[in-house]
Amino acid sequence: MNFLKHRWNDIVEYVMEKVIFLAGIISIAFVVLIFIFLLKEGLSLFKTYSPFSFLFGLSWYPISHPPKFGVVPLFLGSIVVTLGAILIAVPLGVGAAIYIAEVAPRWLREILKGLVEFLAAIPSIVLGFIGLVTLVPIVKEVFGLPTGLTALSGAIMLAFMAMPTIVSIMEDALTAVPESYRAGAVALGATKWQMIWRVLLPAASSGILAAIMLGIGRVIGETMAVMMITGNAARIPTSITQPVRTMTATIAAEMGEAVQGSEHYFALFGIGILLFCITFLINFTASFFIKRKR
Amino acid sequence: MKTGKLDIHNVSIAYGEKKALQGITFEIQDKEILAVIGPANSGKTSLLRTLNRLNENKSGFKISGSIHLDGVDIYKDIAVSSLRKRIGMIFALPNPLPLSIYDNIAYGPRMHGKRKKSDLDQIVEKTLKSAFLWDEVKDRLNLQALKLSGGQQQRLCIARTLAVEPEVILYDEPCSGLDPISTAKVEEAMVELKSVYTQILVTNNTKQAARVSDRTAFFLTGELIEIDVTEKIFTVPNDPRTEGYVSGRFG
Repeated sequence: MNFLKHRWNDIVEYVMEKVIFLAGIISIAFVVLIFIFLLKEGLSLFKTYSPFSFLFGLSWYPISHPPKFGVVPLFLGSIVVTLGAILIAVPLGVGAAIYIAEVAPRWLREILKGLVEFLAAIPSIVLGFIGLVTLVPIVKEVFGLPTGLTALSGAIMLAFMAMPTIVSIMEDALTAVPESYRAGAVALGATKWQMIWRVLLPAASSGILAAIMLGIGRVIGETMAVMMITGNAARIPTSITQPVRTMTATIAAEMGEAVQGSEHYFALFGIGILLFCITFLINFTASFFIKRKR
Repeated sequence: MKTGKLDIHNVSIAYGEKKALQGITFEIQDKEILAVIGPANSGKTSLLRTLNRLNENKSGFKISGSIHLDGVDIYKDIAVSSLRKRIGMIFALPNPLPLSIYDNIAYGPRMHGKRKKSDLDQIVEKTLKSAFLWDEVKDRLNLQALKLSGGQQQRLCIARTLAVEPEVILYDEPCSGLDPISTAKVEEAMVELKSVYTQILVTNNTKQAARVSDRTAFFLTGELIEIDVTEKIFTVPNDPRTEGYVSGRFG
C-alpha cells in the first residue's frame, strides 16, 4: 500500500515536471516563431525595395506610382509622441508614486491606489475617445491651430495611459524598500525629503527604471487611441503641434487595405520588425541598467 | 532645572490604548553609559524611540511629561531633524544603506551640508577608527556596505552615527544579532567612545550591561523600578524585582 503511494507520488512528480517544462518551452517557442514570421514577411520587401530607401526614405506614399515606403516620417511620429508622453508621464508618475507611497496618510493611500488601478483598467480606446472629444478641442483652442489632432494631443493622452503603469510599479518598488533604510536615514537627522531623495529613490532605482521602461513600452506600442487622436498625417513633423502618424497606427490603418503578398503588405511587416527592434532595445537597456545596479 | 544631559520628567507614552511607559522620571548624565535592562514589554525600546522622536509617526502615539536635552524641550523647542542629529541611534539589526562603505558614512555629513572631499575623507577615516572598523575596511571603502559581515555592518552603523557628530548615542540591543567576537568589538568601541559621547544602551543581555555601563536602569512593564550605579544594581539592588531579574530568576 505504502509502496503504491510512493509510486503514485513519483508519477505525479514526473508528469508535473514535464507539464511545466512544456509550458516554458511553448512560450519561448511562440516568441521565436513570431519573430521568424515577422522577419520572413518583412524581409520579403527587400527583394523588390531597397532597405536603404525603406529605413531612410523621407516619404511614405504606399499607393502612389511608384510607391514610396520611407519609414522616417512614421518613425519620427512615434518618437515625437512617445517622447512627449514620457516627458509628461515620468515626472507626474514619479511624483504621484512618491506621494502615494511615502507622504499620503493611510486612508488616502488606499483610495489613490485604487484609483490608479482603475485608471489602468480603462480600455485605451475609451481614453482615446474621451481625448478626442475633450482634449483635442482644448489643444486646438489653446494653440490656435487649424486642427487639434496633433502629436501633442497624442502625447498628453498617452501620458495618461502610461501613468498608471509607472505609478503602480514604482509605488511597489518604493514600498519594497526595507523599513530599516528609512529608520537609518531618519535617525541620522534626514528630513523626510532628504530621506526620499538620497535613500529611497536610489534604493528603489531598479524598480523605478523598470516602471519607466514599461511605461515607454506601453506608449510606443499603443495603437488605436493614437490613431484616433494624432491626425494621421504621414509626414515629417517639424513641431509638436502638427499632426503625425505613428508606426503602429500605420500598420493598423493600412493592413486592411494592403493586398496580401504585395510590396505594401511586406512594408507594413517591415515596420513591425522595426517596432520589435525598438521595444527589444528598450527592454535590453532596462535590464542592462538593472543588472549594473546590482 | 536639573543638570543632566537628558532630563526625563514624568514621561508616559501610549500607542492608542496600550500604555508603554508610565510616569518615568530620571536623568542621564553627560558622558555616561547608561544601560537600560528589563524583560520584554518593559518599555526599554519605547524609551529610546521616545528620546529621538522616532515614535511620533506611529498611529495613536501619545506622550505626556517632558524631556529636556541640555535644558531644551525636545518635543516643543527643537526641529525633529536637528534633534536626531544630536541624538543618534544604533538599531538592533544593522541597517547600512545600500551604498558603499564610504557613502554610508558620508551620507549624514553631506546631508548636513559638508561637501568637501578632503573633509569627508577625514570624517570617514576618523569615525571608522573610532568604531574599530578602519583596519578591516580601509582598502575597500568603495565596497557595498551590505557585503560586510553583520558585526562589521553594525560597527559601520556606529561610525555612520558618529559622522554626524551627535552628543548622545542610543543603542537598541545593538548586539542581539552578533556573535561574541563582534559583540566584544562593539562593546570595546562603546567604552572607547565614552570620553566624548553620552550613551544609552538598551540590552537584553544583563552581562553586557554589567560589562560596559556606568549606571543601570531596570524597567518592568513600562515602569522604572530602579536606577543606580551598575555595580550596585548587580550586587545589592534595592528592589527585590531587580534582584530577581539580574540574577536570572525571571525575565
